Amino acid sequence: MSLAREFVKGIYKENPIFRIVLGMCPFLAVSVSVENALGMGAAAGFVLVCSNFLVSLLRNAIPSKVRIPCYIVIIATFVTIVDLIMNAYLPDLHRNLGIFIPLIVVNCIILGRAEGFANKNSVPAAIADGLGMGLGFTFAMIVMATFREILGNGTWLGINLLGEAYTSQPLLIAVLAPGAFILMGFILGFFNILDNRRKGGAR
Amino acid sequence: MTSFLMHTILVQASGTPDPGFSFGTMMTIIIGAIFINNFVLSRFLGICPFMGVSKQLDSALGMGAAVVFVMALATLGCWGIYHLLLVPLGIGYLNTIAFIIIIAALVQLVEMILLKFSPALYQALGIYLPLITTNCAILGVAVLNINEKYSLGYSLINAVAAGIGFTLALVLMAGIRERLEQAPIPPALKGLPIAFLMAGAMSIAFLGFAGLGG
Repeated sequence: MSLAREFVKGIYKENPIFRIVLGMCPFLAVSVSVENALGMGAAAGFVLVCSNFLVSLLRNAIPSKVRIPCYIVIIATFVTIVDLIMNAYLPDLHRNLGIFIPLIVVNCIILGRAEGFANKNSVPAAIADGLGMGLGFTFAMIVMATFREILGNGTWLGINLLGEAYTSQPLLIAVLAPGAFILMGFILGFFNILDNRRKGGAR
Repeated sequence: MTSFLMHTILVQASGTPDPGFSFGTMMTIIIGAIFINNFVLSRFLGICPFMGVSKQLDSALGMGAAVVFVMALATLGCWGIYHLLLVPLGIGYLNTIAFIIIIAALVQLVEMILLKFSPALYQALGIYLPLITTNCAILGVAVLNINEKYSLGYSLINAVAAGIGFTLALVLMAGIRERLEQAPIPPALKGLPIAFLMAGAMSIAFLGFAGLGG
């Protein structure tokens, strides 16, 4: 029961992107297309689950004074594994994600979960938390990438949705840097409205 | 020994046959890193401090100075370890792990040295230093320098210019946000949402520099 709760909370209630606003850099940079979003979500989710597992397993062995460097080394190890695997089997995706694969190391979500959750909880709970947070991150990336790819390219996951007329002259700014900032502003604003509604309803 | 080291630094490791230092390339790197590919507004690196520390002009300047300083040091350290240790040993693929350890250690070291020798500077920069370890712009510039195969000199120039670009974005944003405090904003957009919208507007402005690099 509680395992399920640890899993579900990351997807909406404590969504790392929309609720806690962590891990913005890869989120904004990579959400250009749904394909990239899926790749980044899978890579970050894998690192998140593995690092949560190992940090939780070693939580009594790591002295608390040097815990942050230990976590960073653990995370960097898994990131290197992902980097090498992607480079070998998915070279196109690896090229698209580029510098943001090594930068998973400094993704605040992963260090945040290691420090905030995994080092105080049992291994199964930490894995459930990692899975939930990874899915929440992927879900947020897909939402953002859906907007950007449809507006900026007229496609979704490479499928042409809006026809030739749109794809020949799309709203290009959505896939450029400003589009990411502006869409993120509106999405966060939308969540603010939802929050206010809920508070109003409870009162 | 010294000449061997210099040779390694200038020629072998740079990956280019000509170690010559061209003014044109230097300017391209500087303008590229500050304006065209601004680290925050076009490469999306360092968004967390950009949103977190841009509420006041003073703290924005302090953070910017700390980032320029650590970026230059980290680039020096990472470049050296990569080309003089990892590549000769054939373990270049471990660069991510090596770089993050170097950066974390450097930040600690800088913090201790500042505390010992310049308490005033420590007071000014101290609170920003721990945040810098997880600033992806620092690791980002180190990895970019390796990917672009820059020589040590170009790497340092790129790092300092990237830091200045980061500071520029941060200071501009702080100026805007100080004004926003008094502006009538729709309640749903207060706080972070309006900050993102402003960053979007600034990013559009920076798109205008795109033709500068030629």
